[in-house]
Amino acid sequence: MRIALFITCVNDLVFPGTGRAVVRILERLGHTVDFPPEQTCCGQAHANSGYRAEAMPLVRRFVDTFAGYDAIVTPSGSCTAMVREAYPRLAAGDHGLAAQVAAVAPRVFELSELLVDVLGVTDVGAHFPHRVTYHPTCHGLRMLHLGDKPERLLRAVGGIELTELPGADECCGFGGTFALKNAGVSAAMLADKCDAACGTGADFLAAADNSCLAHIGGGLSRRDGPRAIHYAEILAATKEDS
Amino acid sequence: MTGTGNIVAALPFPTAAKPKLADSQLRDNLRRATHTIRDKRLRTVAELPEWERLRLAGAAIKDDVLARLPELLVEFEAAATAAGATVHWARDAAEACGIAVDLALSTGTREVVKIKSMATQEIGLNEALEAVGITPIETDLAELIVQLAGDTPSHILVPAIHYNRHQIRELFARRMPGVDLDALTDDPAALAEAARRHLRARFFSARVAISGANFAIAETGTLVVVESEGNGRMCLTLPETLISVVGVEKILPTVRDLDVFLQLLPRSSTGERMNPYTSAWTGVTPGDGPQQVHVILVDNGRSDVLADPVGRQALRCIRCSACLNVCPVYERVGGHAYGSVYPGPIGAILSPQLSGAGANATLPFASTLCGACFEACPVRIDIPEVLVHLRQEIVAAAGATPERAAMRAAAWVLRDRRRYSAALRAARRFAAPLRLVGRPDAVRHLPWPLTRWSASRDTPLPARETFREWWSRERA
Repeated sequence: MRIALFITCVNDLVFPGTGRAVVRILERLGHTVDFPPEQTCCGQAHANSGYRAEAMPLVRRFVDTFAGYDAIVTPSGSCTAMVREAYPRLAAGDHGLAAQVAAVAPRVFELSELLVDVLGVTDVGAHFPHRVTYHPTCHGLRMLHLGDKPERLLRAVGGIELTELPGADECCGFGGTFALKNAGVSAAMLADKCDAACGTGADFLAAADNSCLAHIGGGLSRRDGPRAIHYAEILAATKEDS
Repeated sequence: MTGTGNIVAALPFPTAAKPKLADSQLRDNLRRATHTIRDKRLRTVAELPEWERLRLAGAAIKDDVLARLPELLVEFEAAATAAGATVHWARDAAEACGIAVDLALSTGTREVVKIKSMATQEIGLNEALEAVGITPIETDLAELIVQLAGDTPSHILVPAIHYNRHQIRELFARRMPGVDLDALTDDPAALAEAARRHLRARFFSARVAISGANFAIAETGTLVVVESEGNGRMCLTLPETLISVVGVEKILPTVRDLDVFLQLLPRSSTGERMNPYTSAWTGVTPGDGPQQVHVILVDNGRSDVLADPVGRQALRCIRCSACLNVCPVYERVGGHAYGSVYPGPIGAILSPQLSGAGANATLPFASTLCGACFEACPVRIDIPEVLVHLRQEIVAAAGATPERAAMRAAAWVLRDRRRYSAALRAARRFAAPLRLVGRPDAVRHLPWPLTRWSASRDTPLPARETFREWWSRERA
């Protein structure tokens, strides 16, 4: 199977460790990962802010870049949802593009979908002897319907202690440009999420989206709370690391 | 024709939200109330294994209605007229109020009893009645609380959601005429009893009632009101004259369609299996109930909404308020921040469409697109989809703004691999000296306008090596 990694622009620049973790997990499971260098950004920020025209070239670039692969994995629930849910809508008026999107979009998987649904693995041979709480991000939860796939993967990790996050399904308040346009409401939502995370006594708060994690982690770093971490980095960790 | 009335926010959402966020009592009240209804809804919805099929059925019936609205309205008019009602048509809020006020004035009454109704709130009927010297008396308990307080509703279903019972007790003690102060504790039963005594006298003296309708059945000309307290039924049966103000999208084709909606509505709104009172009336029944029945069918911008293939799904709304109760933004600021009588996620897509998106331009941005509203909506209105759709309209109409320039520039960089890689390198180099002066991986303070971000959170710095640099070093 030809697996391509879509790293996402935020991960490429700020959280490259998450991408390295995905590569490490998949190679450990015996798969080869390809990184098409033509990729840039899925266009979510543009599309969700109302800049459809600006997002369209990025839609085209994405489907061109990933056309030949059996599976495209990305460590981001919201970017996966952007491609699978929003691309068909954006491409609706353009028959050629719509056909390209229809061919590529169903083969784009969030990491837990690739591991659990496509590769049939829940134990990826990881070891992470820490107390972890999991925040299921909105796009993963309500657009991709990931269910408990990330938690199933985390439960199989050696040495881990998973602890429930109260109000886990509530939005953290990031919302892309929402955090700037409605800074007050965003900060209020963040404060509640941080309160809940700190109350768990966990060492780490994990999630499937580094943009939400940058927001939550940015709030947590001003408190004596858990550290924000992408769950791929937990799945990549082994006994030798700890 | 663009809608008018109480659907336009006077202030931008972030400005109106600010004092609400600072009101810790309000936030406490809202949090408690929304979480209680939310949990109750989840429990009662989980009892129905066919819930998703019911949602699909509800959406399909409503879409059918929207697809042939003119013919169904004419069918309703014919059936209602044949049953003895008089049907009036109103293009906007001013016309609807004018018709209702003239009808009320012609009876010579100085007082009308009212059933809680979003349509009358939308058109500003109470204000119009007061302007001609007629006192409207809200008979829904929560609506009465808001009216006594001289306030406006902040929730579609629970207009007084922003008050707790201590505050309500104080309000009754000060504002309710003839209230028995000795018996008035802040116990909910005592408060309800005080309201009951207060209202009973009004029911027996009122000659005119004003209602909305949850549903209007085209085939029979029947109107249906769904309520919890029974006060609505008092209004529907005791007075001589009944004036019902009904949005044109309230039509259902047949009585059988109620089957779906009487399951969807109570569970979604109050988390009950069945609401205590469902009243249906068809025109006039000689010698029983109101002998003058008027129905005012209100457009007020709905035809414009119907003309938009993406936005029209907002007209499926049955005003259950499930989207408000699950919305994290609504939970923090309450309904008043939305300005319009339609708050929360549905308000964020309905108000700008009814009024034209030029007004209410900040409402479609008052959402993180978290999707909780779509998941809760009993008629499957894809609110996030419509929010993004309206954002496109607003951005297009705004012309050249600094935000557009920034988005264009970012898109230009992202369109090309070389430009993109160069930008990543530049960002990484820019971050390098910041590591030396602050913490190695994050910065605390950002310059304006990013202070809106950095006031509440640290910002991670670009990594020392981008992923693509690592990849080309290790793998390529």
